[in-house]
Amino acid sequence: MEQLLQQIINGISLGSIYALIALGYTMVYGIIKLINFAHSDVYMLGAYIGYFCMTKLNLGFLPSLVIAMILCTIVGVTIEKVAYKPLRNSTRIAVLITAIGVSLFIEYVTMAIAGANVRSYPPMTGLMAESFNIGSINITMQQLITLGITILLMVLLQFIVKKTRIGKAMRAVSLDQDAAMLMGINVNSTISFTFALGSALAGAAGIMVGVYYNSINPLMGMLPGLKAFVAAVFGGIGIIPGAMIGGYFIGIIEVLVSGYGNSMYRDGVVFAILILVLIIKPTGLLGKNIREKV
Amino acid sequence: MLEIKNIDVHFGMIHALKGVSFTVNDGDIVTLIGANGAGKKTTLRTVSGLKKPTNGEILLDGKNITHTSAQDIVRMGISHVPEGRRVFPTMTVLENLELGAFLRRDKDGIARDLKMVFERFPILADRRKQAAGTLSGGEQQMLAIGRALMSRPKILFLDEPSMGLAPLLVQEIFNIIKDINSSGTTILLVEQNASMALQIADYAYVIETGSIVLSGTGAELMQSEDIKKAYLGG
Ligand SMILES: Nc1ncnc2c1ncn2[C@@H]1O[C@H](COP(=O)(O)OP(=O)(O)OP(=O)(O)O)[C@@H](O)[C@H]1O
Repeated sequence: MEQLLQQIINGISLGSIYALIALGYTMVYGIIKLINFAHSDVYMLGAYIGYFCMTKLNLGFLPSLVIAMILCTIVGVTIEKVAYKPLRNSTRIAVLITAIGVSLFIEYVTMAIAGANVRSYPPMTGLMAESFNIGSINITMQQLITLGITILLMVLLQFIVKKTRIGKAMRAVSLDQDAAMLMGINVNSTISFTFALGSALAGAAGIMVGVYYNSINPLMGMLPGLKAFVAAVFGGIGIIPGAMIGGYFIGIIEVLVSGYGNSMYRDGVVFAILILVLIIKPTGLLGKNIREKV
Repeated sequence: MLEIKNIDVHFGMIHALKGVSFTVNDGDIVTLIGANGAGKKTTLRTVSGLKKPTNGEILLDGKNITHTSAQDIVRMGISHVPEGRRVFPTMTVLENLELGAFLRRDKDGIARDLKMVFERFPILADRRKQAAGTLSGGEQQMLAIGRALMSRPKILFLDEPSMGLAPLLVQEIFNIIKDINSSGTTILLVEQNASMALQIADYAYVIETGSIVLSGTGAELMQSEDIKKAYLGG
């Protein structure tokens, strides 16, 4: 029982990372129907920016987090402006291929600049290095802080999307672009804002993963990116709470499979679950098929 | 006053509008009638800035808005109720109406107009917390019109507002259109239901395969033998 709880706590930490990345996939998909393959590389850049801030600038975790989020926002918005916006009226497959191109570009430019080798985050000090026990369950401050920041960011995101003017514009554009334009909504800036939000969250995920697992490399985005995408589809692509639930679900499943079964099957199980969900409920866990009445 | 001068619109190789010209005078109900695919919807979408013409110009109160963004056209006083209502289905009735006032910052004015819309369409007030996609067709049409009114338009475009509605509701929608007009809003109405449209129109244009072929007051066109044969089922 205690081992199970311990695993679930570890799963929640991992799930936080997946959820943060999944949100970016799901929001961008929701608004322009694009699977933004470069998203996982923005996450990777977040990890590198955090690494740079902590090792070269000797900044603490929180300032590094903020810088990573800001710089990733700029990167994400730039990717959209330079690579996707000119293709707004092209076929979806053209944009998809471009996204793959952007992803490879970022990965290999990072390799060229930072080197292909694995780098290790500095060991945490102070509060971040603490941990405590409840019974025999060990909880690190890192885990708590990761979870706390993730929840804070999600609450903030929900607030922006539900309550603010730009959030309402995001929802309107994702539901019906033409109708949104007829309301006077600037579709281009709304799309940019969506990339900005998603990229900021990916940046946060990147630095948190660096802190949590220590090692980072230019291709580190691939598998987590894929799993976060699975999380988004699992929850219902385009649906924000779906991505959150999906992220935590995948994170917990993954840790449980490694803990009780065989960690070799970890990724297989995740994808098997995706296939199962898509067979049973093609729109994902929270996906609904609202048919408009005529 | 809205003046459309000689506009051409292309979709790739398709020449959808061929030198379309017409005028909408302030305070009027003007209708554009024509068969399926004649170019009515394209005309409205072009004036609203959703589609750019390849030629010609569009003037609103003398200002050239041919290359103005859809956003600024809304700001300048044109509001467009698209074909098929196009309400935001998963958003509530209230959120839909608020989006209609997206460009406005005058909180008090918005609140007053919201009240006005709820008075005009009491059913929307009852359903304000309900998702727009769950409304009936007629209610969605009312919501779409109410949403468009929330931007305080000088000119209201209505694309096939009677489509798919029961006859009684059609009558109601036409009464609402007349009512909105008499409170000072100019109306440009696109309809397949030509007889209803001509009855309320001050002026009417007939469009066929991308060109205006006939125009006149609503009463004149109702008397025209050609119109009777082609559009009024007689
Ligand atoms: N997005 C588009 N792509 C290609 N052709 C289009 C497009 N939209 C309209 N057309 C063409 O432009 C012409 C005019 O169409 P439009 O929709 O304006 O007609 P309409 O009179 O509004 O008819 P309906 O009542 O059926 O909507 C048609 O020949 C149509 O095929």
